[in-house]
Amino acid sequence: MSNTVHHSVVDRENDYIHAGYGLKSWLLTVDHKRIAILYLISITIFFFVGGFFAFLLRLELMTPAGDIVSAETYNKLFTMHGVVMIFFFLIPSIPAVLGNFLVPLMIGAKDLAFPKLNLMSWYVYNIGGIFALYALVNGGVDTGWTFYTPYSSTYSLSNVVPVVIGAFILGFSSILTALNFIVTIHKMRAPGLTWFKLPLFIWASYATSIITVLATPVIAITLCLLLFERLMGVGIFDPALGGDPILFQHLFWFYSHPAVYIMIIPSMGVISEVVTCFARKRIFGYKFMAYAIMAIAIFGFLVWGHHMFISGQSVYAGFVFSALSFMVAIPSAIKVFNWTATLYKGHIEFRTPILYAFGFIGLFTIGGLTGLFLASLATDVHLTDTYFVVAHFHYIMVGGAVMGYLGGIHFWWPKMTGRMYNEAWAKFSALILFVGFNLTFFPQFVLGYLGMPRRYYIYPDEFQVLNVLSTAGATILGLGYIIPMVYLLWSLRKEKNVGTNPWGATGLEWTTQSPPITHNFEKTPVVTGEPYVYQEEEKVVE
Amino acid sequence: MSQHVIPQKVYYLVFVTLILLTLVTVDVAFYNFGFLNIYIAMGIATVKATIVALYFMHLRYNPRLTWLFAGAGILWLFIMFVLTIADYITR
Repeated sequence: MSNTVHHSVVDRENDYIHAGYGLKSWLLTVDHKRIAILYLISITIFFFVGGFFAFLLRLELMTPAGDIVSAETYNKLFTMHGVVMIFFFLIPSIPAVLGNFLVPLMIGAKDLAFPKLNLMSWYVYNIGGIFALYALVNGGVDTGWTFYTPYSSTYSLSNVVPVVIGAFILGFSSILTALNFIVTIHKMRAPGLTWFKLPLFIWASYATSIITVLATPVIAITLCLLLFERLMGVGIFDPALGGDPILFQHLFWFYSHPAVYIMIIPSMGVISEVVTCFARKRIFGYKFMAYAIMAIAIFGFLVWGHHMFISGQSVYAGFVFSALSFMVAIPSAIKVFNWTATLYKGHIEFRTPILYAFGFIGLFTIGGLTGLFLASLATDVHLTDTYFVVAHFHYIMVGGAVMGYLGGIHFWWPKMTGRMYNEAWAKFSALILFVGFNLTFFPQFVLGYLGMPRRYYIYPDEFQVLNVLSTAGATILGLGYIIPMVYLLWSLRKEKNVGTNPWGATGLEWTTQSPPITHNFEKTPVVTGEPYVYQEEEKVVE
Repeated sequence: MSQHVIPQKVYYLVFVTLILLTLVTVDVAFYNFGFLNIYIAMGIATVKATIVALYFMHLRYNPRLTWLFAGAGILWLFIMFVLTIADYITR
C-alpha cells in the first residue's frame, strides 16, 4: 500500500465538511464521513447519559447503607447504565463512527456500497434511542440489561416494552451498517488491494460485520418472543405458561456473547493500526493476525453457554461450553503476542494514540485472562454474579473496547477534522484514564472474590474500603472522559493545522487530504505494495 | 452483480404456491399426526422459506458468494439448534 504514490493536493476549503452548509446538508447527507460524524455526536450523548448512571451507582456504593436511592431505583440505574452503554454506545461505537469514516477511505473507495442505507441506519439508531429515552423519562426499566425471563416477561412493572422495542429497532441499524461493510469490502476495494493487503482494521470491520449480520436477527426474534409473552400471554419462556426461562438465556446469549466481540474486535483493528504506526514496523505475523480475527469471530459463536453454568443448564452442556470458551483464548493470545512482537525493537514514538494502545493491550490481557477463571466450571460457581464478573467484563468492554475507541479517535482525529489536538492534555488524559480505570475496577475483582454479589445496593461493612477505592477511581475515570471532550472540541476552534499524513502512517486514508474531499480521492488509488511497510524513505510527513 | 430479470409469471406462480402451502398448513393443523405434527409444520415452513429465498430474494440467480452467505446463515442456525439441544437432551 505504501507504494501508492497518489497524494491529493490539500485544498483547505474543498473538503467534506465544507461540501455543504446548514442542518439539512448534514441530516440528508449520504457521505459516509458525515454520517460518521452524526454517529459520533449521537453515541457521545448516549455515552455521557450512561456514564451519569454509572456515577450515581458508584455514589450509592460509597457506603454500605442504601442512602441515596431506593433498591428499586438502584435496579433501574444499573439496568439503564447497561442498556445505554451496550446497545447505544459500545455496539455502534467503532463500527458506526470510525468504521463508517474509514472503511471506504482505507480500501480506496468513494463511499460505502449503499450510502442511503447508511444514512437510514443512523435514523434507525436514533428512533431506537428515542424509545430508550422515553422509557428513561417514564420511570426506567429494572430487569437488568439482559432482560431475563420470566421477570421481564411477566413480573416487572417497569418500562420493559419500550426499551425492548428500542433495542429491537437498534438491531436493524447495526445490521444495515454491517451489510454495507460486507458488500463494500467485497466489491469496492481499489485495484490491486487484495485480501491480504488489507489493513487489519478492515479485517476487523469485516469480521465484526459478519458477527453482526449472523447474530443480531436472533436477538431481534428473541425480543419479539419476549414481547409476545408479556403482551399477549403466549407461553414461551414463563414456566407458568408452559415455557422455559433457560431458552431465553440460550437465545439471548447466542447474540449477546458474540456482541462482546462486536465491541472488542474493531478495537483490535484500531490497535493494529496504531501499534504499527508508532513502532514504525510491519505488523508481526500479518496473516496470523487476520486469521486470528476471523477465528475469534467464529469461536465467539460457540461459547455462549458459559453465561449459564449455574442457570440450570445441563452439566454436559456446561462442560462443552467451558472447553469451547478456552479455545477463544488462543486467537486472542496470538493477537496480544503479535502486538508485543511488533513493538519489540520498534522505534516507538510515545504519542497519544499508542498510549491508548498500551492501555488496551494490558487491560485486555487482564480482562481476557480473568475470563478464563469464569470459563472454568468450578471457579465460576463461586464467582458467578459477583463483582468479579463486573470487573472482568469492564476490563474487556471499557479497558479494551473504549480504550481502543479513544485511541482510534485520537489517531484519526487529524484526518477527520484537519486539526491536531493538544498533545500534552491528550497524554495527561490517557494517563489518568488508565489510573482511574484500574482504581475503579481492580478492587472489584477482589470484592467479587471475597463474595460481594453484583446488583445489590447495600453490602456488608467489611467491603466498604474497596468500594470507596472503586468510587474514587470512577471519579478520576469520569474526569478522564471529560478532558478529551474539551480539548478535542477546542481543537476545532483552530485553523486547520495538519497535512495529509501527520503521523507518517501507511494506509490509503493517509494519502488523501485532511479532511478528505467528499469523494475521498482525486483519482482512484492503485495498490501495489504490502500493508504496513514502514521504512524511512516512505514516511510522508507534511 | 448481474441483474437477472425474472418473468412476472414466476412471481405469480411462487405467490400461488406460498398461499397454497399456507392453506395446507392451516388444514393439517386440524388433524393429529402425533409426533409427526412438528415435522410436517416445519417441513412446509422450510419449503416456503426456500422458495422465498430462491425466487423473491433472487438467490437462485445470484453468484456463489451470495450462496456462501446464505449458507452461513443456515450453518449458524444449525449451530444454535445443536448446542441448545445439547443442553436440553442432557438435563
